[in-house]
Amino acid sequence: MQYALIIREAAEDFARRGDPTYRDGWVAYSQALAQAGIMTGGAGLTGPETGTIVRRKGEDHDVQDGPYPDGKEQLGGFYLIDVPDMDTALEWATRVPISDKGSVEVRPRLQM
Amino acid sequence: MPLDAGRAAEKVARQSYGKLIAFLAARSRDVPAAEDALSEALASALRVWPERGIPRNPEAWLVVAARRNLMQAARHRTVEANAQTTISVAFEEAEERMNAAGSAVFPDERLKLLFACTHPTIDSSVHTALMLQTVLGIEARTIARTFVVSPETISQRLVRAKVKIRDAGIPFAVPPRPALPGRLAAVLSAIYAAYGLGWDGLDGEEERHSLAGEAIWLGRALLAVLPNEPEAIGLLSLMLHCEARRSARRDDSGRYVPLDEQDAAAWNAIMIAEADALLRKAGSFDRFGPFQCQAAIQSVHAARRLSGTTDWQALTTLYAALVMMKPMLGARVSQAAVIGRASSATAGLEQLDKLDPRDIASYQPYWAVRAFLLTKAGDDTAAADAYMTAIGLSDSPAVRDFLTGRLKDAWQAI
Repeated sequence: MQYALIIREAAEDFARRGDPTYRDGWVAYSQALAQAGIMTGGAGLTGPETGTIVRRKGEDHDVQDGPYPDGKEQLGGFYLIDVPDMDTALEWATRVPISDKGSVEVRPRLQM
Repeated sequence: MPLDAGRAAEKVARQSYGKLIAFLAARSRDVPAAEDALSEALASALRVWPERGIPRNPEAWLVVAARRNLMQAARHRTVEANAQTTISVAFEEAEERMNAAGSAVFPDERLKLLFACTHPTIDSSVHTALMLQTVLGIEARTIARTFVVSPETISQRLVRAKVKIRDAGIPFAVPPRPALPGRLAAVLSAIYAAYGLGWDGLDGEEERHSLAGEAIWLGRALLAVLPNEPEAIGLLSLMLHCEARRSARRDDSGRYVPLDEQDAAAWNAIMIAEADALLRKAGSFDRFGPFQCQAAIQSVHAARRLSGTTDWQALTTLYAALVMMKPMLGARVSQAAVIGRASSATAGLEQLDKLDPRDIASYQPYWAVRAFLLTKAGDDTAAADAYMTAIGLSDSPAVRDFLTGRLKDAWQAI
């Protein structure tokens, strides 16, 4: 069963991405997933200020600069893991090295 | 509201609640119905008692409140007629028996409930959660948090287990002597698992810490009823040894301190003395078992307080005995660590290499011990890699920081 671990980070976390200790935590976590043979995909994403949003407006498209982080959590990246059940997915979610300002959402992959 | 009053009220309420469930369910075996009638009473007790003080007879207070809830629910027709009658009768009987027995019978009743919760026909993964909820009245939400499963999941499992207790006619009784050792092992494991949940909760999680206290309390209650079971004595000794070191596991700035670097002067000498006395008492029965063995291992560590050194040779012997009795993954990893200390890092690593790769792929202690032994063997490159995996598998920020420090040392040594 596949689950997405959706990671949201606070503005402070995005700012700490250059800090080796914070970065190594993520490298270590990715290594642990790979070592356990359960990682099927995922990506870290650049900060929300680098994003661009496209919306449908009738026949046209409206293009806007991404939202600037305003202290709330923003999408920082995601992992896609393949584990037997939700309990195991939650166990892996507790190991994600987020700060106490971030969060991890665990969502089952849609079965088509 | 003063915090202490709140906590004291909660403790009394929980104990009374568990006691009443035990009384009620022993009669009707209908744990869910008894719980429905009581849980609201418990909620109002936790609201009212901290403000007005704990009543002189908490059980009576809860019985009265629960009965009132039952009547109100009946008026709103939310309770099935027959369930209401059964529980009403059970309440009256419980009250009579409580008054007749005084407090003498209480641990016994609760113990029967413990044996019902850990019955072999109930899936062992639910034993601890069921015990926490029915015997100690801990909310499903709290249990879900400590087990890291979703509240819905745990609630479903608990409901299933309770239906099974009722429908499968699981006896509320302390098993007869011939069956006792096997059944007792399940009770002891459930209590120790509850202690373990509390042991992990270090980073400012009040509710987890209190779980450890509840587990120790259950261990004591068990001894009150079964004073001649060496494994039950061993379990209490083991929990007290671990509890004695609780405050030494973090330094003043909240950093993780591994056992052999802890300041022995910070350990609780009184708890250690009690734990060692219990271990000696257990030994006098001449029936050694895994819990006594684990307590003995902790006792060897505790001896550093007086001798200043750790007897790694004695630990090697004890771990060999433990692995022979119960080849658990955790014990085998710890065994490798002590072999690495007693003889050589290479011998410890050989021990680790015997483990099945599938078992250890995501087992954090294995990678931490492996990294430590590789450092000791002088292979800093492999050590750094193992530290990396151990960090990735840690779910505690304090442990992660500690291992990151070790990782940096390894990098510097390369």
